[in-house]
Amino acid sequence: MTTPVNPGSVVAPAPPWALLAELTHACPLHCPYCSNPLELARRSAELSTDEWTDVLRQAGELGVVHTHLSGGEPLLRPDLERIVAAAEAAGIYTQLVTSGTGLDEARLAALTGAGLRSVQLSVQHADPGANDRIAGRPAAFAAKERAAALVRRAGIPLGLNVVLHRDNLDAVDAVVELGLAWGADRIELANAQFYGWGLLNRTALLPTRDQLARARETVERRREELAGRIDLVWVVPDYFDGVAKPCMGGWGAVSLTVAPDGTVLPCPAAASLPDLDPPNVRDHRLAWIWQRSPAFNRFRGTDWMTGPCRGCPRQEEDFGGCRCQAFALTGDAARTDPACALSPDHHLVREPADGDRPEAPPYVYRRPGAVPAPAPAPAPAPTVLTTDGPKGRN
Amino acid sequence: MTRTAQQWCPALAPALMLRHDAVRGTDLLVLPERVVVLEGHGGMVVGLCDGTRTVPGIVGELAERFPGAPVATTVPAFLDSLRQEGWLT
Repeated sequence: MTTPVNPGSVVAPAPPWALLAELTHACPLHCPYCSNPLELARRSAELSTDEWTDVLRQAGELGVVHTHLSGGEPLLRPDLERIVAAAEAAGIYTQLVTSGTGLDEARLAALTGAGLRSVQLSVQHADPGANDRIAGRPAAFAAKERAAALVRRAGIPLGLNVVLHRDNLDAVDAVVELGLAWGADRIELANAQFYGWGLLNRTALLPTRDQLARARETVERRREELAGRIDLVWVVPDYFDGVAKPCMGGWGAVSLTVAPDGTVLPCPAAASLPDLDPPNVRDHRLAWIWQRSPAFNRFRGTDWMTGPCRGCPRQEEDFGGCRCQAFALTGDAARTDPACALSPDHHLVREPADGDRPEAPPYVYRRPGAVPAPAPAPAPAPTVLTTDGPKGRN
Repeated sequence: MTRTAQQWCPALAPALMLRHDAVRGTDLLVLPERVVVLEGHGGMVVGLCDGTRTVPGIVGELAERFPGAPVATTVPAFLDSLRQEGWLT
């Protein structure tokens, strides 16, 4: 791999706008497409209240104005109120990203009292039984319904986020109805991304092209009908469109993720890149991490690009797509994202997208220990991640 | 301007945060999923939207502070565009 940044021409990168705070990887839900890494951080490794307070203060000084307090389930942190207060003190707008389990009136009052500005609630399906099956937890839906009502009563904005896949795309209209009934201001309909847990469960989750086309039509129709009442956001299914997504708005360009143990990543999935050597807030200042660390400079800008990305007129629009997907499917994080129709590896997404749909296997639910920990290098990566394509030079 | 518009006392919608960004040297409106950069004096104008001042009141204050500036035409249009986005109520 070549060095992406010429030391003679280093310019400080623009400051980050947003910070995703993964406060814990513990979660009462076990969704098979979870964006947490396969190797979940242990609770004993989590940053303390004081460490989060310091991270948020540094983030504010660096230019961060927005934070998603997420997880896992952030409500499992008993000090969540103090973390919200620390963000507020640093001038950072807070949004809680929650499954809804564990939210009651007193907790929400404490959180809004500390400065919490808005809540994003995950929903797996509009049907309670289907919701709980996907989430891998009984009565998860009922907890969400209660949480939505509490947030509404507290008068702060409520967004729903729904990861879409084979088992709920046909219910997208019912999901929109649910959002209306629960008084949501916004519904984020995010087609499942296939790396980490999602890739592990790809055969079970990958929809058909017909399913997607119907859902897309429904969303467009409902968006027109509901303009001004509810904001419907459709996050594109990159396996099907032949266009790579502008992942994270560019590597190290807009936002950073702080994992429960203080590891700082350009995106939540980047923990999967084996030779990234991501920095940690326990070892370095956040400003150094953002501006100077090799991990954040690795795929910054366009100098690192290879293959069809080099000289491509879209390179400043999609930034070469998703590095984690390139690695997961080709074994080389510097290749063009196979989701792009111009990628020589495009067949790696096209074949599963357009191929026959086998009977869906059961989910591998997201739980600690569900996947064997990867053996130390240079042993091969776990089989589940390498069945899709040729191994690259990593 | 209609009579209703004359009486409108704009206020920031709940859950929006108006803040100065010292790092970037600009004013911002921060929303649940978005950040809006308020260029020029946009932040100062929004800062006057406290739910007590009418639009003509805001225009009057700005006209005193910036004599000769075309605030009578630009400010009501700016406030109206923010209302259409749902950022002012």
